[in-house]
Amino acid sequence: MHVQFPMMPSPFRIHKIRKETYDTCTIELIPFGENNITSFAAGQFNMLYVFGVGEAPISISGNPSISNSFIHTVRKVGSVTEAIHKLKCGDTIGVRGPFGTHWPLEESKGKDIVIIAGGIGLAPIRSAIYQIIFERDRYGKIILLYGARTPDDMIYKKELEHWRGIFDIEVKVTVDSASSNWRGNVGVVTSLIHKAHFEPFQTTAMICGPEVMMRFTIKELLNCGVKLNNIYISMERNMKCGICLCGHCQFGPKFVCKDGPVFCYDHIKELFGKREI
Amino acid sequence: MQTLEPYLAEHPFLKGLEPEHIKTIAECASNVRFDEDQFIFHEGEEANNFYIILNGKVSIELFAAERGTIRVQTIGEGEILGWSWLIPPYRWHFDAKVIEVTRAIALNGKCLRTKCENNHNLGYELLKRFTNIIAQRLEATRLQLLDIYGVHR
Repeated sequence: MHVQFPMMPSPFRIHKIRKETYDTCTIELIPFGENNITSFAAGQFNMLYVFGVGEAPISISGNPSISNSFIHTVRKVGSVTEAIHKLKCGDTIGVRGPFGTHWPLEESKGKDIVIIAGGIGLAPIRSAIYQIIFERDRYGKIILLYGARTPDDMIYKKELEHWRGIFDIEVKVTVDSASSNWRGNVGVVTSLIHKAHFEPFQTTAMICGPEVMMRFTIKELLNCGVKLNNIYISMERNMKCGICLCGHCQFGPKFVCKDGPVFCYDHIKELFGKREI
Repeated sequence: MQTLEPYLAEHPFLKGLEPEHIKTIAECASNVRFDEDQFIFHEGEEANNFYIILNGKVSIELFAAERGTIRVQTIGEGEILGWSWLIPPYRWHFDAKVIEVTRAIALNGKCLRTKCENNHNLGYELLKRFTNIIAQRLEATRLQLLDIYGVHR
């Protein structure tokens, strides 16, 4: 982040673009201006600025241990993200950040980790997965449960295969519907929880996905015996300034851009899922 | 001779039942094995069994002429396949096709219905357990219908 002027975007060049699905791509950004800070903590986000169009908050989904660039996975959901999809390698994009809180990787050492992601929600949690794999022996069991709409909507297919095959991680994937070509699981992601093997009282759960999915996932984890204060979620709100000034992302007494996007569920349980908030 | 009673007594679905109930259920039980791509049942057929899956994977699906086969759920190790045997007119609502070689305990629905009529305590216990499964499936179906991962502008 530009320390003196946090509202001023720094110029980054698009170094690589990888198509994930029909509406989602992953871009790698390299700094070329005065500000070349690319370090971040897993779970944080940047404001990406397409010149002449606008800004959008996008989670950083790269490996925090290799921080010479920012990697973002972007789904087409609005004017800014559609503009990002039209950019090519070599084009310039503005970046402000990183902002926000991070996944509790340090506090979770020695515990089992259950990561539950839905849809594009795997992107904000991928940097945590990289970090956990990097320090694999510091954690207990590692379980990744991922749900997507259809097999065609799954992101990071190669990484999922890689994590399943090489590292000491239990990876389970499910889709909401599929044709007969799909040999994997069909059903909601919550249905995978009771099939996973972990010690609930010694488990940190990290969840990212649509809020409805997170609500039902939390319910299932609590039923399994995971403690309230060991459940963490990544929230999505309409972040604008990223520095807790504008109030766009206010969530009760909290601001998602500063107090989040990663929250301990115990701290927001009274707010989460409330219609009025 | 080893019977299925010890396994049935330990299975989470039947855990907590009285030993005589387990014995009664075991009288309707048999071991079965299904090969890959085999249909366990078809939509509309008489629903005479339910299955406790020991290992393997089964797809609950339906066929639509314009879309082909649509998979709506998969059932795996430890899970229960089928509840249409419990509710009139005792017909399957979907197809069940084996994705991976599957071993299961089949419980004869007709046999169990008769035993439940004769022993309402057993009937109530089984109904409580199946109601739980039906409620879970209903919740899952609602979530699938919400299309929560879709783009909603």
